[in-house]
Amino acid sequence: MGVAIIDYGSGNLHSAQKALERAARESGSSAEIRLTSDPEEVRKAERIVLPGVGAFADCRRGLDAIEGMVEALDEAVIENGRPFLGICVGMQLMATRGLEHQVTEGLDWISGDVVAIGPGDKSLKIPHMGWNTLNVRRDHKLLDGIATGENGLHAYFVHSFHLEPSSADILVAETDHGGALTAIVGRDNLIGTQFHPEKSQTLGLALLRNFLHWRP
Amino acid sequence: MLKSRVIPCLDVKDGRVVKGINFVNLRDAGDPVESAIAYDAAGADELCFLDITASHEKRGTILNVVQRTAEACFMPLTVGGGVRTIEDMRQLLLAGADKISINSAAVADRKIVSDGAQKFGSQCIIVAIDAKRVAPGKWEIFTHGGRNPTGIDAVGYAKDVVGRGAGEILLTSMDRDGTGKGFDIDLTRAISDALSVPVIASGGVGTLDHLVEGIRDGHAAAVLAASIFHFGTYTIAQAKEHMRRAGLHVRAACEADQ
Repeated sequence: MGVAIIDYGSGNLHSAQKALERAARESGSSAEIRLTSDPEEVRKAERIVLPGVGAFADCRRGLDAIEGMVEALDEAVIENGRPFLGICVGMQLMATRGLEHQVTEGLDWISGDVVAIGPGDKSLKIPHMGWNTLNVRRDHKLLDGIATGENGLHAYFVHSFHLEPSSADILVAETDHGGALTAIVGRDNLIGTQFHPEKSQTLGLALLRNFLHWRP
Repeated sequence: MLKSRVIPCLDVKDGRVVKGINFVNLRDAGDPVESAIAYDAAGADELCFLDITASHEKRGTILNVVQRTAEACFMPLTVGGGVRTIEDMRQLLLAGADKISINSAAVADRKIVSDGAQKFGSQCIIVAIDAKRVAPGKWEIFTHGGRNPTGIDAVGYAKDVVGRGAGEILLTSMDRDGTGKGFDIDLTRAISDALSVPVIASGGVGTLDHLVEGIRDGHAAAVLAASIFHFGTYTIAQAKEHMRRAGLHVRAACEADQ
């Protein structure tokens, strides 16, 4: 049982695993953190983490390439309500569609599209790469004890696309880069971060600790 | 608001940290993993490992260093030096690197940039450019630690590799590297202003004012330095505080300790 990190060939799972292990250790959680590409393990997991780096369509293809994985995720997360954390492209995959290079269907758990970032100020660089603060739009357990706002803690972002949710109540936090970008989305037992908690030092480890103890 | 980044760079040879003075006369400054852990705690925004001998000698030790670092540090890690193939990139990413810096291989064949970006995403493909001034307002690409001229214009090359999918440029002035005289600001600004992606300024940092100049005057998104941090001349916290007082937006170093 424990926490299943979905291994579908999308980079840097090691960091997510090590960060969750440390978060578990620091918060007295005995959860076993396991990398897996086995749909059966995903069905049995108490919590599920979907990381992801690279392009939306590539990640979707990677997920589809594991027979039964999308079905197992739907069963565990949507039918059985297991706490789910999507990270970066793993978060974007929760959307209805990805519009990166081509139109790709997402898991459609969060209504909205993943679209290119286009800051009005042309001197701002894309990708949005580096440390930025969070502006909370809706209180959430995963942000317990984390200082947010302009003078709050920073999260590490690296992305050129972001999820535009179709309704505002799905939006948990935004960040600012020449306009508001989606930083965290969530509903019910689903939460997704555009930034990388496993690379976000203090803020990231606090968020992962909260995830391990979250009872949605 | 996105913050300007301070990136200590660890030059690694045979699994040990060194810092070259103009890429010659190497000095040993310790275990890279220990240094990485110290920089993580000190509030560095990212870390960079450059395997400086990998162009000529056998690699391999770097993978172990990267893996041990990724297990202990929860901050972004860039690794470069001797990256020749997509397979080299994959191995480094699997070992725990977040971004891969490609230098000579991209000069030799720019297709590696598009191949890497397609395979792993632009966000993890950094093209490292070593440039020397050859005329006023004109810089040329050099490879192999600054030994080999290529005749390629640095600004044109930077635009081209970004068009091929590079997500960031690590720009080193070979005239300034190891001198402590500050970045080549004209070069940094010429490249930064020509590109849509972030530029990391590198080569020549000797004082904290130099870091400010790289961002404020060179328009870089991040500044990279080695010696001033490795030999304890300044701490990351001093660098951040100095930049903040100069009006730049940085992430406080103490965040890492909270």
